[in-house]
Amino acid sequence: MAKAVLDALGARFGAAILATSSHHGDDVAIVKRDALADIARFLRDDPAMAFNLPCYCTCVDYLGLDGMAPSAGTVPTGYASRTRGEGAGLPDARFAMIYELRSLVHGHRVRLKVPLMEDDLVVPTLSELWPAFNWLERETYDMYGVSFSGHPDLRRIYMYEEFVGYPLRKDYPKERRQPLVRREWSDE
Amino acid sequence: MGLEIATTKLEDAANWGRKFSLFTYPFVTACCGMEFMSVAAPKYDIARFGAEFPRFSPRQSDLLMIVGTITERQGPVLKRVYDQMAEPKWVIAFGVCASTGGFYQNYSAMPGADQVIPVDVYIPGCPPRPEQVLDAIILLMKRVQEGRGHSQVRHKREQIARAGG
Repeated sequence: MAKAVLDALGARFGAAILATSSHHGDDVAIVKRDALADIARFLRDDPAMAFNLPCYCTCVDYLGLDGMAPSAGTVPTGYASRTRGEGAGLPDARFAMIYELRSLVHGHRVRLKVPLMEDDLVVPTLSELWPAFNWLERETYDMYGVSFSGHPDLRRIYMYEEFVGYPLRKDYPKERRQPLVRREWSDE
Repeated sequence: MGLEIATTKLEDAANWGRKFSLFTYPFVTACCGMEFMSVAAPKYDIARFGAEFPRFSPRQSDLLMIVGTITERQGPVLKRVYDQMAEPKWVIAFGVCASTGGFYQNYSAMPGADQVIPVDVYIPGCPPRPEQVLDAIILLMKRVQEGRGHSQVRHKREQIARAGG
């Protein structure tokens, strides 16, 4: 049923849709960042789409994997081997934003993936379209360092202001702690 | 000499009173709180040891129970709560997270509450059984009577320093 969503996206946005897959009704569209705002607005406002429930947004760090590399013609490894048919994308995109949308009107859902390069980690905010994305985008910024252009209040949401770095990136060492306060052990 | 014996005995009497009237401040942050409630409820009944009355103000309590994981972000808060408590005071780390950080080894969890404030008794377990908690309270009562709580020792040390010893 929801394959119609992917077909409509492909028909309307063409080259901005890098790849789609529909595995057991799990509809995924990998889209270009520059078209994300338009696609999101279309998905929300078009009566046949009517995606009125933003389930979540988050980010994935593909460090050490093949990123969203094309799988055609080569032996699929890493990310490409785990999600068959989603190979097309930016060959060395390290990050991917993921948006999960659902329509309570039509009962269908779709997942958007936006490949992002490490040196250009900017994506347009969707919090204007769905206010629920406001805090989720702040969390993604807090944990992965993705910055959202146009976001009304882009601050850390979980970690303290003094915190340096982005803890859910794969290259953040798990032992590294950034204490706010420690005591002197001589007082006992 | 006579005065010293008298003050020592007075301290003993005060400690005897203190150990049977521990007023708890439960600093509950995580799932160990359920076990704390179980200890406080009639089945295990912490009241039998005179510690039945949780005071939710640090200024009215003398036993700080750190129940659950402490994150780095909570460190300043915990320190402040501890500093607000009147002397003499005691601290129990309830559960393995408060004692050592437990199974958390990451950017946010503090490796034990004793990174920030001194702790008298550590209770292992994830979460500890209520019996362990009662055991810890009995152990703490023993220490209170003997004057071996961290703030009692500190106080004694300060007295000696002031006396020029």
